Amino acid sequence: MADVILELALVLAGIGVLLASYRLLKGPCPPSRAVALDVLTLITIPLLVGAAVMTGRAIYLDVALVYGLLSFLGVVSLARYFEKGV
Amino acid sequence: MIYLDVFLCVLTVICAVAAMVTRKLVAAAILAGVVSLIVSYLFVRMKAPDVAMTEAAIGAALSTVIFLIAIRRTEEEER
Amino acid sequence: MAAHHLAGALLTLLGALFLFLGALGIVRMPDLYNRMQAGTKATTLGNILTLAGLALYHPSWALKIGVIALFVLVTNPLSSHALARAAHGAGVPLTEGSVSDALAEDLSPEGGEAVES
Repeated sequence: MADVILELALVLAGIGVLLASYRLLKGPCPPSRAVALDVLTLITIPLLVGAAVMTGRAIYLDVALVYGLLSFLGVVSLARYFEKGV
Repeated sequence: MIYLDVFLCVLTVICAVAAMVTRKLVAAAILAGVVSLIVSYLFVRMKAPDVAMTEAAIGAALSTVIFLIAIRRTEEEER
Repeated sequence: MAAHHLAGALLTLLGALFLFLGALGIVRMPDLYNRMQAGTKATTLGNILTLAGLALYHPSWALKIGVIALFVLVTNPLSSHALARAAHGAGVPLTEGSVSDALAEDLSPEGGEAVES
């Protein structure tokens, strides 16, 4: 039963990916797309950790750690670009 | 879980086509970052964590930063 | 079935509900700043709750998942704040129903004086 609830939670997060990608594809201004990228990153990190827990291999956690560390760099560089800097 | 993987494969193709056809360069850079994000998850699902880690490092951070610097340097000639 | 499996799965479901609501706020809100409000606060809470639930589900990985959660908790408000300030500086318009723009008043010199006195 716990497996079923966990899978249901990951599918619910997947519906969140669908909604955020709607804003990503349609977004009127480029900062809206950057916000959608931020939200997609924050949804994908639990998906990666959930895939690690469901398959039971600890090496998959490192991918989530690297992704959480480096996506921050991408969003901050986008913010610097919008502020006319880089 | 296979439904989620199939849905993310379709979403990857849609984002890649949108990155090709869009006219705004910053939006294309963001869409390329999202493509590498989802492809990284799919690599994890296909039991290749080393490739996924490389894809996350190169595609999400480095290529986005390099694209933005290139757009900034060349945008006077673009307009 | 152990009890911590069920508790961790329920906590993960609650966190995934917050992730879903944050993504729904991204779609439904009329303005960039409202979208950022819905999208980063609710999603950070959902992320932390989901990672806590998964750490409870698999307790021997709790330290590593805690490092990921701590990193998200530190960096995500920073990046969303930088993005909001950059968008305000780039001149992204507010929606029609908004009543005040405190950052513009604060940046203009006479407005800052008026707030000061």
